[in-house]
Amino acid sequence: MNARSPNSSQERSSAISRRSALLLALSSSGALAQGFGGLGATAPGFAIPRAGTQLAFPRDHGAHPDFRTEWWYVTANLKGDDGAAYGVQWTLFRFALQPNAARAGWDDRNIWMGHAAATSVNEHLFAQKFARGGIGQAGVEATPFRAFIDDWLLETRDDSVDAGIERLRVAASDKSFAYALDLTATGPVVLQGEGGYSRKSEAGQASYYYSQPFFRAEGSLSMSGRKIQVSGRAWMDREWSSQPLSADLKGWDWFSLHLEGGARLMLYRMRSVEAAPFLFGNWIDADGATSILAREDIVLEPLETTRIADRDVPIRWRVKIKNRDVDIETRPLNPRSWMGTDFAYWEGPIRFTGSHSGEGYLEMTGY
Amino acid sequence: MRETLWTLAALISHWRRRPGNLATLVLGLAIATALWSGVQALNAQARNSYDAAANAISGGGARTLVAARGGLFDQELFVRLRRAGVEVSPVLEGAIRIGEKNIRIIGVEPLSLPRRSPIADRRTRTDVIEDFFSGPGRGFAAPQTLRRLDLSEGAQPQTERGQLLPPLAALAEAPPGAIIVDIGVAQRLLDRPGKLSRLVILDEETFDEARLKPIAGDALRLVAPDDDSDLARLTDSFHLNLTAFGFLAFLVGLFIVHAAYGLAFEQRLPTLRTLRALGVGPPHLIAAMALEIGALTLIAGGAGVLGGHAIAQALLPDVAKSLESLYGAQISDRLALDARWWLSGLAMAGAGAALAAASGLTKALRLPALSFARPMAWRGAHHRYLGRQATLAALALVAAAGAYGFGQGLASGFAIIGLALLAAALILPVGLAGVLALGERFARRPLARWFFADGRQEISGLSLALMALLIALATNIGVGSMVEGFRQTFDRWLDARLVAEIYFEAATPADARDIEAWARTQPDIAAILPVWRAKTRIGGWPVDVVGMTPHETYTAHFPLIDAPTGVWTALHAQDAVLVSEQLARRLSLAIGETLDISTSGRDWSARIVGVFPDYGNPKGQLRIDHEKLKRYFDDASGVQYSLRVDPAATKRVIENIRQRFGGKIARIIDQAEVKTLSTDIFERTFAVTTALNTLTLIVSGVALFASLLTLSDMRRARIAPVWALGATRRKLAALEMARVMAFAAGAAAFAIPLGLFMTWCLVAIVNVAAFGWRLPFHMFPAQWLVVSCIALGAAFFAALIPVVRLARVSPTELLRVFSNER
Repeated sequence: MNARSPNSSQERSSAISRRSALLLALSSSGALAQGFGGLGATAPGFAIPRAGTQLAFPRDHGAHPDFRTEWWYVTANLKGDDGAAYGVQWTLFRFALQPNAARAGWDDRNIWMGHAAATSVNEHLFAQKFARGGIGQAGVEATPFRAFIDDWLLETRDDSVDAGIERLRVAASDKSFAYALDLTATGPVVLQGEGGYSRKSEAGQASYYYSQPFFRAEGSLSMSGRKIQVSGRAWMDREWSSQPLSADLKGWDWFSLHLEGGARLMLYRMRSVEAAPFLFGNWIDADGATSILAREDIVLEPLETTRIADRDVPIRWRVKIKNRDVDIETRPLNPRSWMGTDFAYWEGPIRFTGSHSGEGYLEMTGY
Repeated sequence: MRETLWTLAALISHWRRRPGNLATLVLGLAIATALWSGVQALNAQARNSYDAAANAISGGGARTLVAARGGLFDQELFVRLRRAGVEVSPVLEGAIRIGEKNIRIIGVEPLSLPRRSPIADRRTRTDVIEDFFSGPGRGFAAPQTLRRLDLSEGAQPQTERGQLLPPLAALAEAPPGAIIVDIGVAQRLLDRPGKLSRLVILDEETFDEARLKPIAGDALRLVAPDDDSDLARLTDSFHLNLTAFGFLAFLVGLFIVHAAYGLAFEQRLPTLRTLRALGVGPPHLIAAMALEIGALTLIAGGAGVLGGHAIAQALLPDVAKSLESLYGAQISDRLALDARWWLSGLAMAGAGAALAAASGLTKALRLPALSFARPMAWRGAHHRYLGRQATLAALALVAAAGAYGFGQGLASGFAIIGLALLAAALILPVGLAGVLALGERFARRPLARWFFADGRQEISGLSLALMALLIALATNIGVGSMVEGFRQTFDRWLDARLVAEIYFEAATPADARDIEAWARTQPDIAAILPVWRAKTRIGGWPVDVVGMTPHETYTAHFPLIDAPTGVWTALHAQDAVLVSEQLARRLSLAIGETLDISTSGRDWSARIVGVFPDYGNPKGQLRIDHEKLKRYFDDASGVQYSLRVDPAATKRVIENIRQRFGGKIARIIDQAEVKTLSTDIFERTFAVTTALNTLTLIVSGVALFASLLTLSDMRRARIAPVWALGATRRKLAALEMARVMAFAAGAAAFAIPLGLFMTWCLVAIVNVAAFGWRLPFHMFPAQWLVVSCIALGAAFFAALIPVVRLARVSPTELLRVFSNER
């Protein structure tokens, strides 16, 4: 997207995705940051995440116009009535180009971006959408919960006016794929980091971050003209912030894993040009109780790369959590789960075996 | 291959010996190519600009959704369609004035702008998004638009209504005459909050028309890309006109090529015979000659295309201005021509050269190996030659009659003109030969008899040049009379049409009401006449609807072509309309018929009570009663007025209004200024025609000169015996000059009736088809005199060098004739 900084091709390719929209806003060299109105290295005029702030629901399901960027993110590991495995992604990003961006009509300075994908063993189909705020083409309302861009939506299935995210419908479609899933929460919302305050680097950049990793998903999926009934598990992430990230950030690797037995595991690794990777992990018990993993207990080791879109992307990983006796190897459902959107990255369903088995989603940027 | 190359070398040696002949050939081909490709360049340039204007946003070929009843629609419809998954991008267009210039504002939404749009390529797209969304935003205009506005990058001009534009930046892809801004900025500049003018369909593959109705009801209508390009349709006739003149000039140029190549062929007959006798077979001969033509095409055609570029560059400002003033079309003033244009120019040169050389080539093929070198033999016997000419002329006349009887429209008009010119050109040598035969019969003195007899001999050599001269002269008379006749009609019409002393346009309807109220209290102002306008379409054609109040300004002066008595009473009292001549002709409307007019509210049927001339207007026009315009057209502009004032007070009143209302006045202009502007437009429109006409005449002069020059060597063979019999060289030279002048006079005399016929064709067929109006037929004898003088002058100068050479030729040269083969 951005062609202004000649040496930023890597950032360009990795500039945005799931957690990355945050990183993007956090990153002073983030391509989108410059491409979308020259976000500076700091965030004057925007609110900053503060440790100790209590998140409140359903309010915080909605948009936070004081912050520069945020996203609503759903991934689902599904099984079709044909017995095959599938994956689905639905994402809505908001970027404020300047403080007080929420204004009437076309004067609004929020840009909304949607990414959607459907993955099978053989196919990875994706699409993107852009929209301006202010005119009703895209937006998010907290109660009743509703996030939309054009005809893609993530909204409550409940009639009550203060319905949150317990029972959702998620739908997206493009020329070659379409899906509509009902999501039903089987566990509580999980606050990531320190009560929802999630650090992103040693330097202290942070975001507000919570997840709903306990969705049961059920619905239909069409890929290349073939319609399948699917069911499985889904994970929703919510994150918002305003801060620029460190200048030498190269990219990141992010895991959201459903373990057999009901526990969940969230892991990420921020890769810098100079510094050692910044690792973070959160263990979520089946009942939703969380414990932050010690950095030195986390080992993320790429085992095999594949050539995709002129890049070598690690698609097979070894994941170890020392004090939890986790030693697993992850494999993608489809190694070519490349999101060739304007901001390109790898994101797709994975399966793992070893000390534990299960499934999840992996996102990798900056390769 | 080797043999062919050797043959080619032998053939080419001819040009070394006769550089004059080569120069003529190259010049002829170059001129023909130049005129043709010059005109093509102008057309291509204009069409590119229309395309740029039409495709800047959609990227071309995209269908769009527009308000079903015309005008603007709510942007809520855009949101509803997007929310239903219909991929469309919104556009708001309108006009603003910056200083004295009209500028089109195109509001786009950069995030949904089609990727195929020229302003949304990867680089530009990022720039556009970044620039639109930061600070005061950005307006993108083509560099030439900035130049026209006299603004540099970064400037922030103000509209006439006092709105500040975002800082401007140059963007080559922007359509000429337009500024591209963010959709929100456009809504503000145009004062159309929440309104859009069209939605571009982003993906034809997924677009499903059936989904439209449940989402948007009947509010939107799908428009195919072709329907949208009124500009291309309206200007079609203009371009066809140019093409016709370009082709005419090309033909005249080909006459030169044909003459020059014919001569070269004749002079090379001995060489050809020798080559055949040496065993060079016809295939090698033809191949060598084809190679030669190919090389000529590359050299002369290349030079011609370059010349065409120069001609187009020179004429472009006039063409651009006349297209702008006639059709409001913005043409880029920098020639940008693609490879296709260069190649097609060369192809045309090649085709022309091949055509001009065809007879020579076929004869070379049939040349018997042992025939004698008989100069002029291939032209056949003189009588046979004239007989064939007469037959061809008759055929051309029959074809012309056929075109008149069975064809219609512009193409048929040009076909008739072309065929008539061809017939006349073919018959010219026959006519001249007849006159000379007559002279020979009545001449007594031997030298006079020789003069006529030899003249008949010379005709065949000069005929092509004379034909070219005839065509150029006739075209000059034909087009000249048409333009002059139009000018007179137009002047009279303007006088009758522009009766009011002052014309003004208010900035908004509310301002207009203020000014109107004030004007009614002014003793200087005898009447204020609203001239409100609305737009509609009849039979798919764009039509302006103009309101008229019952007033002496119209009833006593407004020019009508055809109207029964009581037309004005009928217009104001009944459901009645006046239709413009163009509209009446286009849709075959007649007085008394009923016309269904789609209005902004409901449809309205009105009876046609009169037809009025509306020269220079590419659109159709309806004139209706002012009150009915208000009733039926909610979207009528309501800002234009004319004022009747004492002519002596005109300046004072204008000054008063300017001072009193300032920014509430969008434009104010007095009668004299309108007339100057209109006449200016008229002159520009025909400036190009006149320029091409003059060029054609010059080309025919060159043709004559070339023919005379190349013939002069051959003439020696004929003159030498007469000289040997005692006629002085001076006398012979004078006779030569007299003969050429007589030929030119004959061509001129013949050109006058032919030119008048052409005028008639232009007035009665071409103009009607091209513009939709018929002009009265005028004759201008003074013009004939001028053209005749030009013909004689051209002949004189063309003959001067050959004749002077003859007068000074040394006796030894003349004597050598007798020792020569000739």
